[in-house]
Amino acid sequence: MARDEAARDLVERLELPFNALGVDPYGISKKHLATFFGMLGFLYRNYFRVKAVGLENVPKRGRAMLVGNHSGGYALDGAMVITSMLFEMDPPRLAQGMAEKFINQLPLGSVWSSRCGQLTGLPEHAERLLMDDRLLMVFPEGARGTAKLYKERYSLVDFGTGFVRLALKTRTPIVPLGFVGGGDAVPTVLNSRTLGKLMGVPYVPLTPYGFPAPLPAKLVVHYGKPLVFEGTGDEEDSVIKGYVDEVKARIAELVEAARADRRGERAAS
Amino acid sequence: MKVLIVGVGGALARLVALKLRESGHTVIGIDRRPWWDAPRDIQVHEVDIRKRGAEDVFRRERPECVVHMATVNALSAAGEERARINMGGTKSVFDHSIGHGVQHVVVVGRHTYYGASADSPLYHTENEPPQGMGNFPELADLVAADLYAANMLWREPQITTTVLRLVYTLGPSKTGTLASFLRGKRVPMVFGFDPLFQYLEEEDAAAGICAAVEKKPRGIFNVSGPAPVPLSTIARETGRTVVPVPEPILKQMLGRFGFPKLPKGALEHIKFPIVVDGSAYRKATGFVHLTDEVEVLRRYRRISPV
Repeated sequence: MARDEAARDLVERLELPFNALGVDPYGISKKHLATFFGMLGFLYRNYFRVKAVGLENVPKRGRAMLVGNHSGGYALDGAMVITSMLFEMDPPRLAQGMAEKFINQLPLGSVWSSRCGQLTGLPEHAERLLMDDRLLMVFPEGARGTAKLYKERYSLVDFGTGFVRLALKTRTPIVPLGFVGGGDAVPTVLNSRTLGKLMGVPYVPLTPYGFPAPLPAKLVVHYGKPLVFEGTGDEEDSVIKGYVDEVKARIAELVEAARADRRGERAAS
Repeated sequence: MKVLIVGVGGALARLVALKLRESGHTVIGIDRRPWWDAPRDIQVHEVDIRKRGAEDVFRRERPECVVHMATVNALSAAGEERARINMGGTKSVFDHSIGHGVQHVVVVGRHTYYGASADSPLYHTENEPPQGMGNFPELADLVAADLYAANMLWREPQITTTVLRLVYTLGPSKTGTLASFLRGKRVPMVFGFDPLFQYLEEEDAAAGICAAVEKKPRGIFNVSGPAPVPLSTIARETGRTVVPVPEPILKQMLGRFGFPKLPKGALEHIKFPIVVDGSAYRKATGFVHLTDEVEVLRRYRRISPV
């Protein structure tokens, strides 16, 4: 259950090297985080009533990689996973995602993503964050994952393999997560690339009611036990693929567990 | 040790000269600009590094170490002449050093050579190529001079070459890119963007350069100090007011209404950060900055009120 602590107080308790101006070496700003999580906290607690299970599987300190499925037409899932790390972990942690490159080109998108620690998705950023013992959030389905239609909402598309090589190279535990409900919050029936082009984004998900404003669907996320693979990151593709399949299978199980959990909650309510 | 500073007339170069002198080195300087109040024991030769008189200084004085700080960074300087000075000057420094027994050459360049763009990594390491001229062709001569100097690492292995890529400096001289940006009461920014800026207090920057003279590290090094700070915070903490202007309008304003005339590419530098990883240099020389990022801004607010 999310703590009733104010976002500002939780941000103060983050174990990050903020300077006297409230900025850390990556440009993460306490002021921006407090505003950002103030808004997300409302969505998390009151609008989506997010249920997070298995938080004890996320290391309290040190490097770790949260790896999950995409659920919903845009980064609603990532935003709620990040919020769960701040509101439900003790001490609170800041999960740092890898933002799509176009976000840094957008006015305001550039400022808010960087001030809140969501750096552009580059291998250099991911590696540096892990070497600095940060908590990295990765969605190996990429943009194809957020483009899933309503009918495909519980499926998994192909996973990239870079995250496993990085985990091996940096000796990072992978914490798998299964996220459900995003497809009901944003029931995509069509992705419009033409509209996306006009708005400077890859596509715009369209819903039966047109604009993709999220509905107040209940969201559930299950965190699984960390997976630790041994290696250097320089292994043959076939070896890496085996590890990726293992992570993918674990995420599929967690998605099913979260679905059952969500069905149970709905039946009980 | 006898150290020749090329470009000794610059504010940072003078600080380097004074610090080296304090450490017991014999310092001589070359610059087209005079240094009126130079200490008596620092000989300053008013000569262009590209002219024969400069070679005479190398021949007569036989310096063991040369610090090259004679590049022109100001974009207000005419492009062709600037390129001639930066490339021709760097070539002359190495030609004379090779010809007159110099053992160590330190070339002081800028961290901006890595370039600013939406998809470049936040912390640049020395392993990355300088890509500054991609969207900012006016930097091409400086990048070329930096790469020319780096070539000397394998072309002239008998000379220890140190190529430094130094972050912005801020201090009492009130000169340099960041100081120019903070000159007015209002600091224009591109609406919706707020890049991280990395800087060293001038004394620390000079100490950083002196560390290269003392430790003679061979290679290319980023020289940085405190953690970077968002530009809006720098402006506010130094008592300025941030004025966010939408990019299309700011482009039209450049060169008018008191705004500096800047190339289009310069705007990228106030949209996206250029931040470097200085850990290799710290490891190679033991260089540690003394003034943190907050104190640098507090001091600057006092010495440069608006």
